[in-house]
Amino acid sequence: MANVLVNAPKTARKGDVVEIKALILHPMETGYRAGTNGRLIPRNIIERFSATWNGVEIFRMDFSPAIAANPYVAFTAVATETGTIAFRWTGDENFAVEHQVPIQVT
Amino acid sequence: MTALRFLFGLAAVFVASFALAQTDPRHSGYHDMGAALQKMQDDDTANPAMLFVQQGEPLWRQKAGTANKSCADCHHEAAATMKGVAARYPAIPKGADQPVDLEGRINLCRTENQQAPALAAESPELLALTAYVALQSRGQPISPPDDQRLTSFRERGAALYRTRAGQLNLACSNCHDDNAGKKLGGATIPQGHPTGYPIYRLEWQTLGSLKRRLRNCLVGMRTEAWDFTDPQYIALELYLMQRARGLALDAPAVRP
Repeated sequence: MANVLVNAPKTARKGDVVEIKALILHPMETGYRAGTNGRLIPRNIIERFSATWNGVEIFRMDFSPAIAANPYVAFTAVATETGTIAFRWTGDENFAVEHQVPIQVT
Repeated sequence: MTALRFLFGLAAVFVASFALAQTDPRHSGYHDMGAALQKMQDDDTANPAMLFVQQGEPLWRQKAGTANKSCADCHHEAAATMKGVAARYPAIPKGADQPVDLEGRINLCRTENQQAPALAAESPELLALTAYVALQSRGQPISPPDDQRLTSFRERGAALYRTRAGQLNLACSNCHDDNAGKKLGGATIPQGHPTGYPIYRLEWQTLGSLKRRLRNCLVGMRTEAWDFTDPQYIALELYLMQRARGLALDAPAVRP
């Protein structure tokens, strides 16, 4: 079950710098750990996180195995126009989660 | 002028020391954390434990077992009916003679009322449901029940708390009473009040119960950790809740 917590302002003034925070439930299994049977647990991480504002990319980040479980990303953007901020996480084992929040720019 | 200022100063010191003597020396582990972690816990969109709460809510409404009942079918809205519940457990359920903790109570509901198999200790479902129930008691003072039948269990817990064990020959009290607030390695030793369970522990990178935390301490003392079903945990939890009586719950908490 995809499970996401996003904290972004619902309204902003045009030109404002807004802080956007996104948290997602994910084990971020490194691929370097051995299980109880002694075999390596296959790597299962999020590889890429991106955010778009009305379809325009405003933030992108590549994740590595060194990032802890349930990664939390905070970034800033300049409020330009009313619309939707869309988030996308993709990774190993066909992991793909999308989440959208509306924002009103005045 | 200086004499006057001195008098004022003296009065201020007197008032401050009086206030200090009046305050409770006990505090939640929340106050032993750095500002960054406190902020993480306080912000429900940054607290990773809330991811589990988010999963607990649908579980609360999901029908289970041969009785085909959900938690909500009997208990309705958790915000109203579960308020303060996490602050009371462990307790002895109706018709039983042994105390159970919150996880045990949820599993009793599953096996008896829902006719469903009990959830495994530390399973994501059990933790999510416990976190969802515990959240409803946030800010409530810990108020263990005044049940005479619990006295012997609490005494057993108190004895366990003070019994040295393991290769390091430590009792709980050696750290959490005698040396609380001091450093163990880089970490501050907390007073050991169970205010925030289930907790999201950064070291675990996931949510965990008070039992898991106690097992952690047992391993740290280099003694053999008890099995998850061992009644000694419940006795110890009963004593810890008694010891923390009146402190506000801050579940689901973040801890280092």
